[in-house]
Amino acid sequence: MRRLWIGLTVAVFSVLLIIPVIRIAMGAFDEGWGGFARGLARPETLHALYMTGLIVVIVTIVNTLFGVMLSLYLVRATWLGNKVKQLLNSIVDLPFAVSPVIGGLMIVLLLGPETALGALFNKAGIDIVYALPGMIIATLFVTFPLVVREVMPVLQEIGSAQEEAAATLGASAWTTFWRVTWPSIRWCVVYGVVLTVARAMGEFGAVLVVSGNILFKTQTATTLVYQDVENFNLTAANSIALVLAAGSVTLLLLMEWAKSRREVH
Amino acid sequence: MHIEVRGLNKKFGDFQAVADVDFEIEKGQLIGLLGPSGGGKTSILRMLAGLETVDDGDIVFHGKRVNDLPPQERGIGFVFQNYALFKHMTVAENIAFGLEVKKWSKQKIKERVAELVDLTGLSGFEKRYPHQLSGGQRQRVAFARALAPEPQLLLLDEPFAAIDAKIRHELRSWLREMIDRLGITSIFVTHDQDEAIEVADQIMIINKGRLEQKGTPWEIYKNPESPFVASFIGESTIIEDVSALRGFGGSGELPGTKALIRPEYVEIGKEHDFELLSATETGRVRHIHFRGSEWLVEVQIGAAKLVTYRSLEKEILQPGDEVRVLIHRAYLFNDTNSWVMENKLKEDPMPVHI
Repeated sequence: MRRLWIGLTVAVFSVLLIIPVIRIAMGAFDEGWGGFARGLARPETLHALYMTGLIVVIVTIVNTLFGVMLSLYLVRATWLGNKVKQLLNSIVDLPFAVSPVIGGLMIVLLLGPETALGALFNKAGIDIVYALPGMIIATLFVTFPLVVREVMPVLQEIGSAQEEAAATLGASAWTTFWRVTWPSIRWCVVYGVVLTVARAMGEFGAVLVVSGNILFKTQTATTLVYQDVENFNLTAANSIALVLAAGSVTLLLLMEWAKSRREVH
Repeated sequence: MHIEVRGLNKKFGDFQAVADVDFEIEKGQLIGLLGPSGGGKTSILRMLAGLETVDDGDIVFHGKRVNDLPPQERGIGFVFQNYALFKHMTVAENIAFGLEVKKWSKQKIKERVAELVDLTGLSGFEKRYPHQLSGGQRQRVAFARALAPEPQLLLLDEPFAAIDAKIRHELRSWLREMIDRLGITSIFVTHDQDEAIEVADQIMIINKGRLEQKGTPWEIYKNPESPFVASFIGESTIIEDVSALRGFGGSGELPGTKALIRPEYVEIGKEHDFELLSATETGRVRHIHFRGSEWLVEVQIGAAKLVTYRSLEKEILQPGDEVRVLIHRAYLFNDTNSWVMENKLKEDPMPVHI
């Protein structure tokens, strides 16, 4: 009986995780190194990877900054009522509960070219939907809870006594944050950042809806894989997928390391 | 630092944490804020530190109103209940923090840290992290850290609560000595009356957000101004009908008057132990408890039950023994008044002069 369960677990694990990765690697190299390199060296691939990289960098910076700020406010601010805090706290989880495609759709409905807001921005010369800003907003929406959910519990756990002690010793809010709060939360922030990068790199649904998947313009690595599969260009699709998978694995290893550091203090 | 507090009020939602508290503290004194948990002591301390906003009233340091000053600018040192040491900094770094923030020179910081490490007996522990220290050592680091920037006022929130009983005694006398040596005005919060009585120059009894009484430990013990203070300081039993006790006849004229009698007001013994038998009552021993250094005896007199101490050197009593009981005094109170009454029969009515 026990063997059966172990066997079943291993089977599910390999069917879900191991075999697809091997299959992708095999698919990428079915024409040898040449096919793999050709798939990656196409100008559309390079542009798509560049878009993905750009989105990841911007989203990670914005998300880390505001994620940490929001966590601080939600845990520490005395000027926010408890009811308001609870409300905000539950709204933070909204992206977890809502499908990314719906999230993207919300952005299109709110900021699309046909809407008042969208038209306003359009007049000012800024395209939001079917352009980079919309894709960044969509990815931000999807990744927003990741940093907050990592940092908030730790802030709650360490309590405010150390920060109060710093204040009575004459430290300004800024000094207190950098010298007292930050050392306690930094590994959680790193963990949250790694999760954000991984999620931003792999985001598909929300980005597809808001980007329109326009070649050489708003196409990201994931949407290019989708298009290549549609066009039966499987070798190229597998090559890009393999690059993305390799990136994710590296991040996961980084995450394990961050996790072990987090437990030290 | 001379401190004055006038009409201090603080509410948390609907809960009145501090209500109309007034007091004044002379420079260099060590004050104990004593009272039951949740009575508002810590709120008062935190308002003095600027960690809590004041709803109403004034806090005046050295003749200057500080209500709107942030904690950074009040020139105080605060020792937190659980020390709140910076856990990722070593002992030396913890102590140096306040000095670095104030931009002291490297050399001066080094000297000051060495001085405080020496003063608090932490030599050899400078490089340790807080989690590598014992409770007593952490407490001393917290103390050194608070003192480092040379504050004018030291505030301590339940400084010994998290330390085991034996070390607590040592630390208490150490703290007292240290504060005497530095001459710094200090206020500490405690719910432990022994601690307050032993350490403080003056005690302020806080109950339900109100200041019940302020005075030296001896004054508070001797002349409690309210039934709460009388029952909170020392051990005591409440007697409903005190006029039934010998020597206190006629005291129950006012309806609703009750008496509070401390164990040390009561003496028990055999007939030959007393010179004035007429002032004593007959009672019966109900229980005896060994208290380590003395006996605690419960004795029944009519309907009243009293407790008293008895020296271990004296003859050991047994439950059921008949004894003579002398009540020296009682603390009487009713809804409006409270007063101390001595046993009227203790004065020999017919002194024999030889």
